Amino acid sequence: MAWLDTILQGLLLGGLYALFATGLSLIFGVMRIVNLAHGDLSILAAFLAVVAVEALGWNPFLVLILVVPLMAAVGYALQMLVLNRLLGRGILPPILVTFGLSIIIQNALLETFSADSRRLNPGGIETASLSLGSGLAIGWFPFITLVVAVLILVGLQLVISRMSVGRAFRATSDDQETAELMGIDNRQLYGAAMALSLGIVAVAGVFLGIRTTFTFSSGPDRLLFAFEAVIIGGMGSLWGTLVGGALLGIAQTVGAKLSPGWGILTGHLVFLAVLLLRPHGLFARARRVA
Amino acid sequence: MTLLSVRGLSAFYGSFQALFDVSLEAGEGETVAVIGANGAGKTTVLRTIAGVLPAPASAVRFDGAPVGGRSAHELVDRGVVLVPEGRRIFPSLSVEENLQVGAYRARSGRWTLARVYELFPVLGARRRQPGTNLSGGEQQMLAIGRGLMSNPRLLLVDEISLGLAPLVVQDLYRVVRTIAGEGTTTLVVDQNVSQILPLAQRVYCLRKGTVSLEGRPAELTRARIAAAYFGV
Repeated sequence: MAWLDTILQGLLLGGLYALFATGLSLIFGVMRIVNLAHGDLSILAAFLAVVAVEALGWNPFLVLILVVPLMAAVGYALQMLVLNRLLGRGILPPILVTFGLSIIIQNALLETFSADSRRLNPGGIETASLSLGSGLAIGWFPFITLVVAVLILVGLQLVISRMSVGRAFRATSDDQETAELMGIDNRQLYGAAMALSLGIVAVAGVFLGIRTTFTFSSGPDRLLFAFEAVIIGGMGSLWGTLVGGALLGIAQTVGAKLSPGWGILTGHLVFLAVLLLRPHGLFARARRVA
Repeated sequence: MTLLSVRGLSAFYGSFQALFDVSLEAGEGETVAVIGANGAGKTTVLRTIAGVLPAPASAVRFDGAPVGGRSAHELVDRGVVLVPEGRRIFPSLSVEENLQVGAYRARSGRWTLARVYELFPVLGARRRQPGTNLSGGEQQMLAIGRGLMSNPRLLLVDEISLGLAPLVVQDLYRVVRTIAGEGTTTLVVDQNVSQILPLAQRVYCLRKGTVSLEGRPAELTRARIAAAYFGV
């Protein structure tokens, strides 16, 4: 029963990782670029939530209605003003620019908010738990996190499969030039994708801030876990991302149960094993060539 | 009335010059044939008109306005659509989704999903399948249907018959006739001269990046066309 509990806790932790990974997966799927500032942008969102909570006295869940649109606007501006200028110059410039952005965000956060660790306090729900009987209990907050992650993935999946903008995402991902010939302005579309990505990562950042303490330098770890979740699940597969997050979470909690220092390490080992055995991930979307 | 006019267009790939001072015109409602051998510059002309390749603004005029060098999506808004060489069907989209993407920025007009399915019944029958499951001829139909979905005023079709069986090509030309009958100006590139000439009002032959012959098909003899095509 103790092991079942461990796996359950890992699965719930995976919900948080999936939230971080979804935005990264979306951006890679649509634009084929890797955003190395993804983790730092989530921490930026968490700090924005801290500011909003202190200024307005609202519950952290409520400030999401401010932070999510704000981060989406940041994403749109970032794409239109900076990243779109790098289009068509190969894979390296976006990596270098987002790496630089990561450093800038960390230092700006350090300057503004000092090196103190912060936390968002939603008023008790973060420690409340729900008993499932026979000694099993899950935390309400991790459960909410997983539910929100699933809802966001379902919503995103609906956007991508049913809506005009989702078809445009897929068409552009398949063949950018031909998509342009269909009247799709890829710069605007990439702006929309980045806005969506950062809106989702804002949720991830605020949930992280409720779950645990964070500092200006918490971003890179988040990026690493998000990467691992995406790669375990398979690049460009949204459901794969959820499974990847869950596997990573389970690996970390099982490792930590074996020995307290092994949690993160076990996660990395599972990631490496997937990379060795299924380099394209567990659910990679087969990319047919026309 | 002239809908499209290309004047003195030159094009380069790096230091290689692909087009030398090419000029051509398409009147409103006309069907124009662009013929020529491999490497003559036909695709380059079409891709420049469609906004894929750069050009001086005044080199391409559409409906009186200089549009050379405008982006492809902007030209779709104005009513210029290119059906690219090799069909370029989106592999992760179904037949119907490919058509819907064609209508992403659709102008108002007569072409709808229902009418495209009427024109190509085979597409309607296979609308849930991935676009790339179709045969070559069906993919060409899908590519043309996808182009029509934006309700273009000028439809550019590159290498319409390349790699397709003669019967399929006949079908496609029947469709081109229908589209032209609706009043849509069409500019069709083909290496195969026999099918396209009977339905074109104007023909341009390209050779080594220059216009080697132009005129009305009825006024041109086979010998003159062969001479312009092969340069003999």
